[in-house]
Amino acid sequence: MATTNHIAPTLIAGGRVIDPANGRDAVSDVLVSDGMVREVADRIPAESIGEHGQVINATGLVVAPGFIDIHAHLREPGYEYKETIASGAAAAARGGFTTICAMPNTDPAVDNEAVVELVNRRAADAAVRVRVIGCVSRNRAGHELADMEELASAGVVAFSDDGDPVHDAALMRLALTYSRDLGAPISNHCQDHQLCPSGVMAEGWVSSRLGLPGIPAVAEEAMVARDIALAGLTGGRLHVAHLSTAGSVSMVREAKERGIAVTAEVCPHHLWLTDEWALGGKGDAYATGAMAYDTATKVYPPLRSHADVAACLAGLADGTIDCVATDHAPHERASKECTYNDAAFGISVLETALGTLMAPVHRGSIDLTTMIERLTAGPARVLGDAFAPYASLAPGTPADLVIFDPNARWTVDVNRFASLGRNTPLDGVELQGQVAATMVGGRIVFEEETLLKQGAHA
Amino acid sequence: MTTRQAIETATASGHVPGVVSQRRHVLDLDDFTAEEITAVLDDAAAMREVLSRDVKKVPTLRGKVVVTLFYEASTRTRISFEEAGKILSADVINMTATASSVEKGESLLNTGLTLQAMGVDAIVVRHPHSGAPHFLARTLDSVSVINAGDGAHAHPTQGLLDLYTAREHLGDLAGRKVVIVGDVLHSRVARSAVWGFAKLGANVVLCGPPTLLPDPFTSAGWGPGDNGVHNPLANVRIQPDLDAAIEGADLVMALRLQLERQKVGFFPSMREYIRRWQVNDARMARANPDALLMHPGPMNEGIEVSTALAHGERSLIEEQVTNGVAIRMALLYQLVGSGAGGD
Repeated sequence: MATTNHIAPTLIAGGRVIDPANGRDAVSDVLVSDGMVREVADRIPAESIGEHGQVINATGLVVAPGFIDIHAHLREPGYEYKETIASGAAAAARGGFTTICAMPNTDPAVDNEAVVELVNRRAADAAVRVRVIGCVSRNRAGHELADMEELASAGVVAFSDDGDPVHDAALMRLALTYSRDLGAPISNHCQDHQLCPSGVMAEGWVSSRLGLPGIPAVAEEAMVARDIALAGLTGGRLHVAHLSTAGSVSMVREAKERGIAVTAEVCPHHLWLTDEWALGGKGDAYATGAMAYDTATKVYPPLRSHADVAACLAGLADGTIDCVATDHAPHERASKECTYNDAAFGISVLETALGTLMAPVHRGSIDLTTMIERLTAGPARVLGDAFAPYASLAPGTPADLVIFDPNARWTVDVNRFASLGRNTPLDGVELQGQVAATMVGGRIVFEEETLLKQGAHA
Repeated sequence: MTTRQAIETATASGHVPGVVSQRRHVLDLDDFTAEEITAVLDDAAAMREVLSRDVKKVPTLRGKVVVTLFYEASTRTRISFEEAGKILSADVINMTATASSVEKGESLLNTGLTLQAMGVDAIVVRHPHSGAPHFLARTLDSVSVINAGDGAHAHPTQGLLDLYTAREHLGDLAGRKVVIVGDVLHSRVARSAVWGFAKLGANVVLCGPPTLLPDPFTSAGWGPGDNGVHNPLANVRIQPDLDAAIEGADLVMALRLQLERQKVGFFPSMREYIRRWQVNDARMARANPDALLMHPGPMNEGIEVSTALAHGERSLIEEQVTNGVAIRMALLYQLVGSGAGGD
């Protein structure tokens, strides 16, 4: 994250401050200086910022801790034609994220200190804070453990072979056991490939009709069940990455009731989109014609049924699922301009996350404070105590925050993305809920001037 | 003006009077209405007449260019498209993936753009991936795309020729019992037949090993509602037991067993498949007395269908092939003929 020599004090005035970590939800002023939150109060006089300070009118807007994304693919090093750390961080800033965690499926993979340092160095000037996730296995090959303590000492915040599961149950057991004292969870991409050797979308009526090889829900659930059992056995910290099925939600809920150390994340698209989007009608289940096989809908885990979406949303609302994570997976055009079978898995998510997540809030399926908790304190809790200050607006914590208009309507236009990945099925779709400004360490890293000037949206 | 008159009155410039179709692509039968299907079958009847002539040539598509772009092996579909185009006087160019820039790694996108830039009027595409024709259709803006079989998804021209053949013998298909037996899971022929027969009101029964008739076929159907227009499986029955399924059938369609997929072991052995799902004379005895047999080919003779039945009186297998040319003539005429092609 870039630092500047001097950042003027800022007074964010008149916004609805929602700070779940501190139980605040009230119209308040927030005073920021020297990169830190100084005061949050009903009213803070403008004089307190001095003559060089700036005032942001947040009337009608929500002010919250900046979002934390514990699952993003920044593609650098190795795949800079898909995304760079700089472009991914810029996309994060546009999406209201102030900390993002880079998955290690790069080339070379992040399986040693040198690559961690490379990513950290390249992230030094990025718009937002970039943290690194290290591999579970050497070269992400799934055969033997990476030097996990070296990685932890170099600062990785979690371990994952994401992109692929840790297939080998014995290796997963070793990883959970060995990492117990390293302070970072094992985030597993749960998918038993033997149950979906060539699958490209969720198994169901849509895959059956389109004649595409399916990925059954049980392919995910079989490995979630295995990993929960291993977490119970080892006492290690299991984090279920991008959980997507009703059965997985039930198993995680039950495991938590039994006191097993398991956490889970869900992606914005799995809280809204279904496999019916593959028909090419932006969710119209009756769509036919040339727009079918929309490769932008190809993602791993796949878009699933309405029942799965409802279960994931319920799980997020009741705390079974600890947090939202984007699984931001940018790709270059050629990776999606091909047949559905040939297309790469993944959606570019960072810039549409808030608008997507506000849909169930506006529908009344989950309340706004809970949703913000799952984007801030929730992910911080998954990563550990050291992250708590980044998910809080308490005085003395870093001034990482987002200001957004929960009601503003806007239409997704991938040509305006900061991300190099324009791969999203939401292109052209109207969303409600838009980021007005993002602040990292007291510095504005993104602002949508029209929203700040207009102020209130009834 | 009827299609027959239109063909006969085609002028030297190749002009055929009248707008014949607003359709630009044939990707699947799911977006055909029953009326549109019937119109194609009626046109095919006129084309059958041309096929019966000594001199099989009409000038209807003179000056039009049709490319057959095949990424998979094919005998009857490719040749019948070529024959259909040539009888209608179109210039037909055959392109196979193994003898073109595809072998050098040219993508489907760039292959399509290249053919479009050369000014072709229609691309007839077969591809191992479901949805490849849809990709071409939405990418190219001045070419008609005809699906000649995509992955396990659809084979609409096969579906239409099956309907045509069935209608020739059974008349109105409404209320007729059609049994489709075999590897339904991997079959693009079955998927197109289901849409087509269901739209024309036939009672379709799907039959085969439970591993090749998985849940999405047996429970949820193919749509969000119970409307047969959008969800043909709502009116389709599932009966894995062939002896039960074939009771009272008017038409039995045996599917090709995709032997290349058998390494996965969807059923225990060929012997057991034959025992349970081969269509033979003994089983046909349970069907209606004048019940007929169809097979899309290529046939694994003695496996899906007994040799005696395949070459017997009830078999329509060769007639299907002849009708395939007529159906493809009718579609090329509707899509590429002057005055055709809306959007």
